[in-house]
Amino acid sequence: MSIEEFISSITASANNQPGHLLQYLYEIQYQYAHISQQAIKLLAEKLSLTESHIHGVIGFYSFLHDSPRGAYDVLISDSITDHMLGSRSLLDALCKKLGVVPGVPREDGRVTVDTTSCTGLCDQGPAMLVNGWAVTRLDENRIDNIAELIESATAVDQWPNEFFRVEDNIQRRDILLSDESNDGEALRSLIDQGEDAMLEQIESSGLRGRGGAGFNTGMKWRFCKQTEADQRYVVCNADEGEPGTFKDRILLNAYADKVFEGMTVCAGVIGATKGCLYLRGEYRYLRAPLEQILQQRREAGLLGNTILGQGGFDFDIEIHMGAGAYICGEESSLIESLEGKRGIPRKRPPFPVTHGYQNRPTVVNNVETFMAAALIAVHGADWFSSVGTEQSSGTKLISISGDCEKPGIYEYPFGVSIQDILKDCAAKDTQAVQIAGAAGFTIPPAEFERCIAFEDVSTGGSFMVFKQDRDLLDMVKNFAHFFVHESCGFCTPCRVGSSLMKDLVDKVHSGHAGQYDLDEMQNIGQLMRSTSHCGLGTTAPNPVLDTLEKFPQIYEKHLKHSSYEPAFDLDAALQDARDITGRDDAGAHLGTKS
Amino acid sequence: MSEEFVTITVDGQELQAPKGAMLIEVTDKANIRVPRFCYHEKLAIAANCRMCLVEVEKAPKPLPACATPVMDGMVVHTRSDYARNAQKSVMEFLLINHPLDCPICDQGGECELQDVAMGYGQDVSEYVEGKRVVFDKNIGPLITTELTRCIHCTRCVRFGREIAGLRELGMTGRGENALISTFIEQSVESEMSGNVIDICPVGALTAKPSRFAARAWELVQHASIAPHDCIGSNIYVHTLRGEVIRVVPRDNEAINEVWISDRDRFSYEGLASDDRLTAPMIREDGEWVEADWDEALKRACAEIKHALDTAASDEDSEASDSSSKLAALISPSSTLEEMYLLQKLMRSLGSGSIDHRLRQSDFSDQDSAPVIPWLGQDVENLENMDAALLIGSNVRKEQPIANHRLRKAVVNNNAQISFINTREFDCNYPLAHNITAAQQQLPHELAAVAAAVFADSDDALPSYIAGAVSIAKPNETHRAIAQQLKQGKSSTVLLGSQAAMHPAYAALRALAEAIATQTNSIFGYLSEGSNSAGAWLAGAVPHRGPCNDADAVKGQSISDLSENTPAAAILFNVEPEHDIAQSRQIIRALTGASSVIAITAFRSPVLEDVASVMLPAAAFTETSGTFVNAEGVMQSFKGANNPAGEARPGWKILRVLGNLLKLDGFDYMSSDQVRDELRGMCESIELDNSITAAPQVKLPAGAGSLMRAADVPIYATDALVRRASSLQKTHDAVVLAVSMNPADAERLGLDEETGSVSVKQGESSAILKLIIDAGVPAGSAWIPMAVKGSELLGDPFGEVVIEKV
Repeated sequence: MSIEEFISSITASANNQPGHLLQYLYEIQYQYAHISQQAIKLLAEKLSLTESHIHGVIGFYSFLHDSPRGAYDVLISDSITDHMLGSRSLLDALCKKLGVVPGVPREDGRVTVDTTSCTGLCDQGPAMLVNGWAVTRLDENRIDNIAELIESATAVDQWPNEFFRVEDNIQRRDILLSDESNDGEALRSLIDQGEDAMLEQIESSGLRGRGGAGFNTGMKWRFCKQTEADQRYVVCNADEGEPGTFKDRILLNAYADKVFEGMTVCAGVIGATKGCLYLRGEYRYLRAPLEQILQQRREAGLLGNTILGQGGFDFDIEIHMGAGAYICGEESSLIESLEGKRGIPRKRPPFPVTHGYQNRPTVVNNVETFMAAALIAVHGADWFSSVGTEQSSGTKLISISGDCEKPGIYEYPFGVSIQDILKDCAAKDTQAVQIAGAAGFTIPPAEFERCIAFEDVSTGGSFMVFKQDRDLLDMVKNFAHFFVHESCGFCTPCRVGSSLMKDLVDKVHSGHAGQYDLDEMQNIGQLMRSTSHCGLGTTAPNPVLDTLEKFPQIYEKHLKHSSYEPAFDLDAALQDARDITGRDDAGAHLGTKS
Repeated sequence: MSEEFVTITVDGQELQAPKGAMLIEVTDKANIRVPRFCYHEKLAIAANCRMCLVEVEKAPKPLPACATPVMDGMVVHTRSDYARNAQKSVMEFLLINHPLDCPICDQGGECELQDVAMGYGQDVSEYVEGKRVVFDKNIGPLITTELTRCIHCTRCVRFGREIAGLRELGMTGRGENALISTFIEQSVESEMSGNVIDICPVGALTAKPSRFAARAWELVQHASIAPHDCIGSNIYVHTLRGEVIRVVPRDNEAINEVWISDRDRFSYEGLASDDRLTAPMIREDGEWVEADWDEALKRACAEIKHALDTAASDEDSEASDSSSKLAALISPSSTLEEMYLLQKLMRSLGSGSIDHRLRQSDFSDQDSAPVIPWLGQDVENLENMDAALLIGSNVRKEQPIANHRLRKAVVNNNAQISFINTREFDCNYPLAHNITAAQQQLPHELAAVAAAVFADSDDALPSYIAGAVSIAKPNETHRAIAQQLKQGKSSTVLLGSQAAMHPAYAALRALAEAIATQTNSIFGYLSEGSNSAGAWLAGAVPHRGPCNDADAVKGQSISDLSENTPAAAILFNVEPEHDIAQSRQIIRALTGASSVIAITAFRSPVLEDVASVMLPAAAFTETSGTFVNAEGVMQSFKGANNPAGEARPGWKILRVLGNLLKLDGFDYMSSDQVRDELRGMCESIELDNSITAAPQVKLPAGAGSLMRAADVPIYATDALVRRASSLQKTHDAVVLAVSMNPADAERLGLDEETGSVSVKQGESSAILKLIIDAGVPAGSAWIPMAVKGSELLGDPFGEVVIEKV
């Protein structure tokens, strides 16, 4: 098939809608290992978009490239938990075997090895993606095999199946994960009760958004329902990008029917006929099974026109793929991305509930929220609110990774203490727990009696355990780099601040910083927190500010105790000169190092 | 529709504001200055720079004034320590990656970042780490990029999308790698592109033609009026030691808002062209020699007198009429004063043969023409339209500001705008309908619209178009246009400058007026040059004196000159080969005249061929004067710098000629006096485009197989812009070529590979590059006029024969 034919066929499958641009680019990327200038031109003509728009979109998503990436695009997950499992030395080993430098395609066009933000496989890492497909449990052996497979040009679909095995790894079940209701039961309940009664059920259940922000779900649905519009949308946010979370992976693998059913209940309540599941690019392997489930539901009358024979109850769901942008987990960025644009957060007001996808009222909820909604529809509000705390009803899926014996998914009623969780996952000698991911909280042992709840420690589910002998500054550094990579660049405080913060953390880490630098980090962090445009910018300094307050010792041991130290290391700068002259005597060093 | 108002307190001051307004709009109105970079009153709100952070009581964080809607009882502090700290910190962030190369930056001295930094900052940078560096892009001959200076405000991107309809400028990359870019080199192709220079708050986008030419604070600013189109954009001319360095917009909400076209901005470069006429010249024995003013003026007067006297003795009855002995042609972009004085000079000498309609060819209905063919409305009103029909107009390139207003109508009111043209033109908004027809078919198309308009009405057709309309056969498109004009609450029908050039202009005018009247639309003209309206008012037409004076001496129109060679002619800022439609005939007539006095700012080969005396006139910026724009507004301006060399303002040259010819009433002390004299005569004038009687309209019969059609490309309109070197390097600087419909090309056995073809038009011929273009209707050969080489051919609308070379 020529590239013209390929592009025609993929755009035709979405009626040449320019809003599906990201989807087309995603397909082209994986078909041709990059999006060529020719492809951009063809798309621009076909969709009446400008080339600069398409370039802008490609440049925004880290899985899309306008220059060739090599037949094998290997991305090693660069989350701190992967580091702790040895990903860095595996990356070095793979690069050495393949003779490549990270990020640079090999000259023969065979392979690129690079890093990527957390792939959502922290419980079975170190992990990597090859051409978008997840490979788990990397070790030296597996890396050797992979290098051989690449050298022998073995197609990825010929690689051993076990490489791609992703386990659900459910360690504790509560009301959600132990549910045994039948498919369609929530919808029947909706039809029996009527949408107003159903909305009241959702409201009185006290269900709050499971992404972490905790907005009342019933209220969100009601705002959306009340807004006059010719069309409303239901969007399921499965762009689980917070480092250390992987609960959506399990829900979409094992409970997808419930999630779709929750979306359908929402659609019935608010009067939407179209829905989207925005699936993060890292979960490419889940797409085909999910499409299959959608098809089964259509065939079973649970999706499509006249759902369960109910005239006027029409709703269908499309899957949209993300392409490597953490910011797209923010609901308005996600909507921009759904519209085929750069995922820049919108300004608010207006909010997505009144002006969302295609400027129409849109409910955006987390995967877990929709599943909970489906089960509330089946079992009722009381069943749900009887679990958890007063302000945080129901249960929460916690994704546990890091230094513990039993990482995986744990479902707890809200109100569970950190201590109890640590006991269950068999963590010992814990120095700190990072909750809610890179943008979350660093909890010291003194606070382990605190609870997981919206009124105490609120989280989308990430729970990373660090034992005593870890250098927590490694984590801070990892997160600082993560935010520089993921900042969208739209607003000044985040664009500039994240990068300054990273430089300062690196300076501390490399032993060149003084107290002055810590004060600067404090200032920059406060500024980002108070002046950034969106949640990413306001929370990006959290790991630094939190650890500066609660773990000052991790900085102190790296500090040079002077008030000011330049980032520039004079002696290190002479290394080139020493290499050229072959000298390493005392006279070839500046006296800066003792 | 009373607007709801809320009361807020800003810095202790109570303010009333419309509900939902953004805080910054309210503070701006109250003259409370909040620093900003991304916010621009004419662009959508981005809220990305975070510079306009203010303290709002009860808000947990400082809020951006540009994206915070006012709410009743809101208490705001824009200068509290809290607000200032936020602003100062953001500014420091912006400076961190800014190169601080102010000493070599053209923006220095008028840079918003510099201003704010001076206000907040210390003069020593605390930051010692490496800065971000971005490679520049070449985006054409008008704009220099220095992207390292960019602070990511995205004003230019929003300008492109929202104002210029130019989408090739965009943001790419993410985070600290985000940068403004364009992906086709040289792709910033818009007739309004220069405005990004003004809106860029830093020196990332600066003017290429004036790069490194002056520091902002050395420049002297002179208010003026743009000299190229009938909109009359308000401008400032900036000079340094008497030399024009640049032109920038002067805000006038009613006319050009804060924008100007690239033509108005960069045409000043023509002032310094090598072929400026800087001293009076006379022809001695066929050779041009420099003369002093006395000698040259004496020679000019003598030639005029000689023509008037001797011709009388040579010829019979007809020749006793001075109008046939002495004729004058004046550029429609001359000042009102020049036009008035030239016609006064002519009529005082007994000749009414003065014309400014240099590119018009059909004068059959000139007696029923309005006092001033005007826009029929304010320029601003164009953006309120919900339907419009433009005939014979490439408004985007001919009157860019009018096009911007129409574009706003489309974007904001979803206006249905249609064109009837002799070819497709690029448009930066969606059109309802775009009819193209070979030139002889243009009146037929318009008659079909008229037929559709009158179809289901009992109203009688005006008698002069009844015959033409009765045989027209409207199709769906014609009916749809008629319907849209009828349904529009505000609608307009506009005749463009290509319509005015059309050989059946009278038919187009009568039909368009009837359509407008019947559909309750405003009828108007988008006229040629900067001062066509002024020319009508001043009496620079042969059949009427100043202010519609019917008793004035009448004379020959420009088209009569080709058959009736005058003994002497005065050319006022006219380059015959480019400014005149029937250039071949007129040049032949001028060659036959015994004397031609050219009052001109520029030399040109044709002028040097035909003229006997050349008097150097001040060019635009060098003279005071007045332009009357299409909406009838008189706008006067002063000179900004001295005329080049020995050149003198046109009105002074005409005054002295009047004195030397011993004519009464040429004792003016200033151009204001000239204007006031004319204005005094015009107090009772009312503008009205309606037609009550007109000659019977006849639709042109089907002509030869291939008819030429033409326009005057945007950068070929007048002598000044044709010499503006940077504009001449842009994509819009059209090169002479012939464009044909693929069907015609195939019929003639031509294809893309053909290269050049031979084009014969009457007795003229030329070898031109062939462009096969489906935008040109069948039966049409599109050859632009007023560009280099086009003088080799004849009429812009004649029959042509095209053959392989």
